[in-house]
Amino acid sequence: MSRQSRTDAVSWLPEVPPELQSSVKLTTLDQVYAWARKRSLWPMLFGLACCAFEMISTAASRYDTARFGMEIMRASPRQADLLIINGTVTKKMAPLLVRLYNQMAEPKYVIAMGACAISGGPFKEGYNVVSGVDRLIPVDVYIPGCPPRPEALLHGILTLHARFDHESIRDIRAFQEGQDKGIPEPTLGPDLVNWRDLEDLAGPRKENG
Amino acid sequence: MVEMINDMPAEVWRELDAHFPGVLHPAQPPERGDAASYPQGGEHRMTHSVSRSVLQNRPRYEGVLVHARHLLPVLRFLRDTLGYVMLSSLTAADYPEAIGQLAPHIDVVYHLFRLEGGGYVVLHVHTSRDGAVLPSVTPEFPSANLQEREVYDMFGVQFEGHPDLRRLLMWEGFDGYPLRKDWREAYYEEEHKPFRSRFPDGGNPLYAEERTPYHANIRYSQEFADSPVQKEEDFSEADALLYARMLSADRDSDKPLKTEEMILNMGPQHPSTHGVFRMAVRLDGETVQHLEPVFGYLHRCHEKIGERNTWLQNIPYTDRLDYINGMTNNLAYCLAMEKLLGWEVPERAEVIRIIMAEFSRVVNHVLAAGFFSNEIGMYFTGSLYALEERELVLDLFEAAAGGRMMFNYMRPGGVARDLPPGWIDRAKALVHERLPKKVKQMQSFLLDNEIVRARSVDVGVLSAHEAVASGVSGPVLRACGVPYDVRRAEPYGIYDRFDFDVVTREHGDAFDRVALRFDEVWESLRILGQALDAVPEGPIQSHRLSPKMLIPPGETYARIEAPKGELGFYLVSDGGANPYRYHIRATSLLNLTPLSALTRGVKIADVVSILGSIDLTMGEVDR
Amino acid sequence: MYGWGIIKTLGMTLYHFLMTYVEDFRAWIGGIRKRTATSGQEEPSSGIFTIQYPNERRDLPENYRNLPFFVIDAKTSQLRCTACGICAQICPVQCIWIERAKEPETGRPRRYPVTYYLDISLCMSCGFCAEFCPFDAIKMDHDFEIAAYRRPGFVSAKDLAKPESYDAKIHPSDYVSKAQSQPEGQTGE
Repeated sequence: MSRQSRTDAVSWLPEVPPELQSSVKLTTLDQVYAWARKRSLWPMLFGLACCAFEMISTAASRYDTARFGMEIMRASPRQADLLIINGTVTKKMAPLLVRLYNQMAEPKYVIAMGACAISGGPFKEGYNVVSGVDRLIPVDVYIPGCPPRPEALLHGILTLHARFDHESIRDIRAFQEGQDKGIPEPTLGPDLVNWRDLEDLAGPRKENG
Repeated sequence: MVEMINDMPAEVWRELDAHFPGVLHPAQPPERGDAASYPQGGEHRMTHSVSRSVLQNRPRYEGVLVHARHLLPVLRFLRDTLGYVMLSSLTAADYPEAIGQLAPHIDVVYHLFRLEGGGYVVLHVHTSRDGAVLPSVTPEFPSANLQEREVYDMFGVQFEGHPDLRRLLMWEGFDGYPLRKDWREAYYEEEHKPFRSRFPDGGNPLYAEERTPYHANIRYSQEFADSPVQKEEDFSEADALLYARMLSADRDSDKPLKTEEMILNMGPQHPSTHGVFRMAVRLDGETVQHLEPVFGYLHRCHEKIGERNTWLQNIPYTDRLDYINGMTNNLAYCLAMEKLLGWEVPERAEVIRIIMAEFSRVVNHVLAAGFFSNEIGMYFTGSLYALEERELVLDLFEAAAGGRMMFNYMRPGGVARDLPPGWIDRAKALVHERLPKKVKQMQSFLLDNEIVRARSVDVGVLSAHEAVASGVSGPVLRACGVPYDVRRAEPYGIYDRFDFDVVTREHGDAFDRVALRFDEVWESLRILGQALDAVPEGPIQSHRLSPKMLIPPGETYARIEAPKGELGFYLVSDGGANPYRYHIRATSLLNLTPLSALTRGVKIADVVSILGSIDLTMGEVDR
Repeated sequence: MYGWGIIKTLGMTLYHFLMTYVEDFRAWIGGIRKRTATSGQEEPSSGIFTIQYPNERRDLPENYRNLPFFVIDAKTSQLRCTACGICAQICPVQCIWIERAKEPETGRPRRYPVTYYLDISLCMSCGFCAEFCPFDAIKMDHDFEIAAYRRPGFVSAKDLAKPESYDAKIHPSDYVSKAQSQPEGQTGE
């Protein structure tokens, strides 16, 4: 599928004469950019809960994420561009998670690994659990499972790679004009207070049909 | 004189009764063969007969009831005269409705053990729900420190005299006390599972958030919802309290050199805190003056959800407690249920349980050593070797149970699935050929390494006395020279049949804690060798389980020697399909009790070394 | 000697690194079939192999479970589900919604579901539904390659349905033993 879209994308490139085909290759900047990013995704060394151990297993010798150019797990968010949310995001953790996301280098990607990260999963009804990390930060790939196997995580990473093929440099948030202020951090009041939803606080939202 | 029905020995009761005449009252034993007349169904009903004033006899409920003003004398007597030195578990249960003549109350429960082994002594103390106040036992029993904070956090019981009574798991300012029975969370749907909206008319499914007014898992008091105020402040209320505590604690007044101090936060996102654990450290140069652990970043409301689940539905949740050792968590919970049910386990299932538990111990200890090496700066190399062995054991678990980490394998009365063909041969090959070779290799390269020794020998020394008083268990306790192992002290399953030693080390430093784990791996391999040769044929399950199985009313505390230490489940049943109270005595949390004392005066780099040698899993610390 | 432990540790890492080449060389000289990740994993003597995942995958054990699927009976070409509701009762996360069919005139319940939804974003893959289903209508799947760009949510049973032959393929011994123990035409209660 990815191969198909790549040929589609370059169909408007001028044709290379046959005598030059051994020495000249034409490509687009988008493709080079996607190629480079695919092979140098640096995940953040960030373990939340159970799924973190499957992520560690994935990074270890049997599944070996080094094969995809991501052997270096960076403990600092400033040096990472892939955030794998591997576990339950609690309300107490939510402000810190948003802060970590804001500190990551652009272009950044988020994988929600496992049921807890997607929707709160088995712990969704818990009073200290955020029902899905996509309520706080944008998520690029969702991997269901509890926990997903290491192969499933690798499949999720490959799914993210496939996404790069469809992306243009022009659409990347970091290269857009205007100041990127980041996502406002929620705070901890009588319950988790997400200031983005301030209008909701004024009164319960109407039931939407 | 009444006969005790629990594991509390009769002579202990006689001693107590003689020493505190008229103060203590035991629970009454049940009429034998009376099980059929117990109330069946989901309602909270307890048959009872109130004796005098606040003292109450409840059938099948264990232990002695103590008035709050006698609590400390009784605990001291138990500790100093009768040898019950380990205040192992402290928790509470909320009874919001009047039971007979007994007013609504919160029941605080203390479980004590002897170092010589044997069963527990249970003390119950009642306090009223409004303005609940009890004397704190923390100044004399340090193991109560974190547990009293948890009870304060979850039930709102004030402990007078506690040195640092802050909320443990939730943040300061959180609205309400979640484990009280009348507190309801935003996603409250129904008191008990299964929810009625699912069947037979579940045609129009809704996400839980669609039902709540804020379309998220949040709920505010009406005043806050009417006029939310965003406070302009540097720190939240919780952090402000924490830093105030940081600046006042362990203050050394006659310090010769007045230097500037610094408060440093390690975690919750930190490569060597085993997940989302936060330590606030007050530093003088590189020396730690005071360390305050902050919990709750992975508090997944296990106990509240557990009290809503049916008995069986809790089994997969226990997998997610200490997620490295799902098998032992399953085992502890199923043993607790079996104690209440009085069920036997078939022989084959008993042996399979022990095989699984010991494999789990091997994996945990090897992994703990691997991650210890990670923390003292070997980065990933040491863990890679550990993870390789773990993968091979996980293959076995997966073939038997169906999951790599989340097993859902044990059931009350047996195990869920039989072993697949060829499993025992594969396990034998692993136990006899590969694991001894690899464990030896790892042991030698880790323990003989001069850098590892320099970083861990004489670092974080815990004395035996301190260890017992502060409630640590498992390898951390045995590394201090205390030969206490639940498998020996109070054998469960068929552990009494196996030949193994309780290994100890003497110094109680970080190195001993790591080295002891390797010693224990050898003992586990010994048990595995014996167990794998002795798997009998036969059934694996003694009873047919039904989705909404009922458990006769009563309470129990069952514990096992989990790889990290004593893992206990305190269950109260009211005869219904759901636990009335479901409390987990979390090993990792209790093992962190002495962390603050251990790290005082060490260098900041040694903090990770000490933390790594304690071996914690955040899923169990915060639950 | 001080430092011997460090040298030993470093030597072990070097040994592991070199042995990967020795392993390849042996296979080449001896003409032995090079053990691949899928076949050699159960032989625990000399270590495990990296699984080159997208190109190579392990054989999953029969008991492996990841999200449920619904069995389409080979004889009737219908879902086996009789809307008894046991799965909805036992599900620990309560991610199953069933609406049972009713006879329009009398309102008596019928033995098939009108709608059956499962929220796969909640499912914890515990396998209770498959374990307690008396009709073998719901089984645990082996398919884990379900990563998506959008948040997964409610899936109806029809979308999760798979034929009986698929069940026989991924659960061979279980399928055979069930077929032997269950007499023909039994529907159960």
